[in-house]
Amino acid sequence: MGFLVPILIGVLFAAGVYCLMRRSIMKLVIGVMLISQGANLLVFASGGLLAGSPPLVPADGQEPVAPFGDPLPQAMVLTAIVISFGLTAFVLTLVHEAHEAVGDDDTDAFRSTDT
Amino acid sequence: MKDSFILSRAGRLLFPLLLLLSLLVLYRGHNLPGGGFIGGLLAAASFLLVGLGDGMAEARRRVRIPPAVLMGVGLGVAVISGLFGMLGGAPFLTGLWLPSFSLPLLGTIHLGTPLLFDVGVYLTVIGFVLHTVFSLADFGWAEQDEEEPG
Amino acid sequence: MSGLLLLLPLLLPLAGTIVLLAGSLSVGFQRVGAVVCSGLTLVASLVLLVAVDRAGILVVQLGSWEAPFGISLVADRLSAVMVAFSALLGAAVAVFSLGEISRRRIQRFFYPLYLLLLFGVNGAFLTGDLFNLYVWFEVMLIASFVLTALGGARAELEGGLKYVILNLFSSALFLSAAGILYGVLGTLNLADLAVRLEASPDPGWLQAASLLILVAFGLKAAVFPLFFWLPASYHTPPSTVSAIFAGLLTKVGVYALIRVYTLVFEPLFPQAQGLLLAIAVLTMITGVLGAAAHFEMRRILSFHIVSQIGYMVLGLAFFTPLALAAAIFYIIHNMVAKTNLLLISGIVIRLQGTADLARVGGLYRSAPWLAVLFFLPAFSLAGIPPLSGFWAKLGVVRAGLEGGWWFAVAAALVVGILTLYSMTKIWAEAFWKPRPEGALPLMAGGVGRLGWMVVPVATLSVCTVALGVFGEFLFAFSERAADQLLSPQEYISTVLAGRGKE
Repeated sequence: MGFLVPILIGVLFAAGVYCLMRRSIMKLVIGVMLISQGANLLVFASGGLLAGSPPLVPADGQEPVAPFGDPLPQAMVLTAIVISFGLTAFVLTLVHEAHEAVGDDDTDAFRSTDT
Repeated sequence: MKDSFILSRAGRLLFPLLLLLSLLVLYRGHNLPGGGFIGGLLAAASFLLVGLGDGMAEARRRVRIPPAVLMGVGLGVAVISGLFGMLGGAPFLTGLWLPSFSLPLLGTIHLGTPLLFDVGVYLTVIGFVLHTVFSLADFGWAEQDEEEPG
Repeated sequence: MSGLLLLLPLLLPLAGTIVLLAGSLSVGFQRVGAVVCSGLTLVASLVLLVAVDRAGILVVQLGSWEAPFGISLVADRLSAVMVAFSALLGAAVAVFSLGEISRRRIQRFFYPLYLLLLFGVNGAFLTGDLFNLYVWFEVMLIASFVLTALGGARAELEGGLKYVILNLFSSALFLSAAGILYGVLGTLNLADLAVRLEASPDPGWLQAASLLILVAFGLKAAVFPLFFWLPASYHTPPSTVSAIFAGLLTKVGVYALIRVYTLVFEPLFPQAQGLLLAIAVLTMITGVLGAAAHFEMRRILSFHIVSQIGYMVLGLAFFTPLALAAAIFYIIHNMVAKTNLLLISGIVIRLQGTADLARVGGLYRSAPWLAVLFFLPAFSLAGIPPLSGFWAKLGVVRAGLEGGWWFAVAAALVVGILTLYSMTKIWAEAFWKPRPEGALPLMAGGVGRLGWMVVPVATLSVCTVALGVFGEFLFAFSERAADQLLSPQEYISTVLAGRGKE
C-alpha cells in the first residue's frame, strides 16, 4: 500500500496544476485546494507510514510500544489541514464576490488591474 | 430552499444532543481522540443543522453572541491559559494541572490549562465556522432562508 | 523575565486583535485600540532590540517542550531589528489610518485584521522553526488577504484574487519543502536542521527542498520572475493597506531567505549563488523598467518595491559580512522609505482625488510641506547622500566590488539612476507642473483628519534623514547582526541548550 501514497501525491499535484492552468476562476480555487492537499499528504508521509501503530502510551505503561508512528508530522499536518480549511472558506467567498463584481468566471475578464 | 418538515423537526431534536456531544468530545480529547477543534466543529454543525431546517436567522438567534465575538473570546481564553504557566516562572503555554478528583458518571477528572486552551480553541472554531457560513448565506447562496420567520 | 520580553511583541498585537474582535465595534474604540496597541508593541520591540543587542540571543521554548520538539521563539539581532522596525511602521501606519480608513471598513473588522497582520509578521521574524514559519506566514497572509479585499470594489477583488491564489500556491510549495526536509533530516527546528544538514548531507533531496523553498520565499518576496502578483494587486486597496504591505510583507520573504541561507542551507550556498545573483540582477532591472513604463504613482511605487528587493537579494548573493550587513541596512532603510512614499501617495489622493500623474499637478505650489516630505524618502530611495538609501547602496556596491562582481555592481548603479528618473518623474508631474486641464476637483474627499495622515509621514521622513545622518551607528549594528548570521554557532547552541541537560 505504501507505494500508492507517493503516486497519489503526484496525482494531486498534477491535477492541481492542470486546474490552475484553466481559465475559470472556480477551477483556480479547486487547483489550489488539490495542491495544498497534496502538500499535506506529503508532510504526513514524511514521517514514515506505519499502519496500526499509533504513538499512544498504554494505560499500564510509561512509553508507547516500540514501533510507533512519528507523532510530529501528524501534529503538523493537522495544523496544515486546519489552515487550508480556513483558507478554502475565505477563497470561496472571495471568488464568489469577485464573480459578482466582474460578472464573469473567465480569467480573461480579470485583467483590469494588470500592468 | 423548500421547507423540509423532517429536517426542521430533526434539527430541533438533535440540536441539544449535538451540543452536549460536542462538550463531551471537547473534554475527552485529553486522553482519547477528540478535542477542541472537533468539538467546535460539532457544535457549529449543530447550529447549522438548525439553520438548514429553520433558516439561518433562527440559527443566528440561537447563537445569541455574534460569531466574531466568539472568535475573540476563544482566542482570549487560549492566550490566558498560556499565561498561567508564566506566573510560575515557566515559559508561555507550559501546562499546569489541578489535583485530579473523581465525580460520579465521569470518572477521574483532570483539570488543567491544556483543557482551558482547548476551550479557547472550541469557541474560536465555533465562531469561525459560523461567521463563514453566515457570511456565505448573506451572499444569497441560501436565498430564501433569511426571509422565513424564525 | 527574558521570556516575557520576547513574547510581548507577539502577545500585544494578539491581545489587541482579541479585544477589538470581541469588544465594541464603535469607530472610536477601534481606532483608539489599534493605535494604543501598535504603540505599545513599538515600545516592547524597542526594549527587545536593546536587550538582544546587549545580552545576545534570547530563546523561549513554548510550553517547556525542549527544542527540537517544541516551538522555539528566537530573537537574534536580525530578528530583533526587523521586529522593531515593523513595529515602527505598524504604529506610524495605524496613526495614518485614522485619516483614511472609513467607518464601513472599520465595521468590517479592519483593525483586528491589521493587528493580526502585525502579529503574524512579528511571529515570522521571531520563530526558530521552519514549520512554524509556515504557520506565521499563513497568519500574516490570511490577514493580508482580507485586508486587500475588504472594500469589495471590483479592482480590489481582482487584485486580491491574484494575490491570494499565487501566495497560496507558494505556501503549498513551502509546505512540501518542509515535508521533504522532515523526511530526510527528521527535524524542522532551524538550529537542529543546521546541525543535521552538516552531519549528513543527502545532496539530491536537500537541493530539491532548498530550491522549493527558494521559489516559495521568492514568490513572497516578489523576485524575478515571480513578482507579477505584486504590481497587479498593491495599488488597489487604500494607501494605508498598500503602505503596510509594501513595508512588511515582501521584507518577510527576504528575511526568510536570509535566515535559511545563512543558518540552514549554508553548505548548499555555493551552488545557489549564481542563481541568486541572476535573480537579484534581473529583479532590479525588470522592476525599475516596469516603473519607468507607468504613470500612476502607486503603480510606479509598486514596481520599485520589486526593484529594491533585488538589492537586498544581491546583498545576500554576495554573501560576505559586508554584503549581508548592507542587505540588512537596505531592508531597514527600504521599509521606512517605501512605506512613507506609499503613505504620501495616499495624501496626494486625498488632496487631488487621484494618484494618476496625468491628472495631478501643482502640489509644490498648493502643498509645499508635502513636497519636502516627498523629497526626502524619494531621493533616499534613489540613493542621494546623505540620506539612508545612499549608505545602503554604497554598502552593497562596495561588497560587490570587493568580490569582483562587476556586472552586478554595474547593474545596481544603472538601476539607481533609473530609480532617480522615476522619482524625478513623480516630482515633475505631481509637484512641479501646473494642475492640468480636466483634473478632478481639489479635495473632493474633504480635508477632515488630514493632520492624522501628515504626522506619521513627517515622522517617517525624519526617520529617513536620521537613518542617513546616523548611518554609521546603524551600519555598525548591521555588521554585528551580519556577524551573528555568519557564525551561527551561538544561535544553534542557544536554541539547543536544553538538549544537553537530559
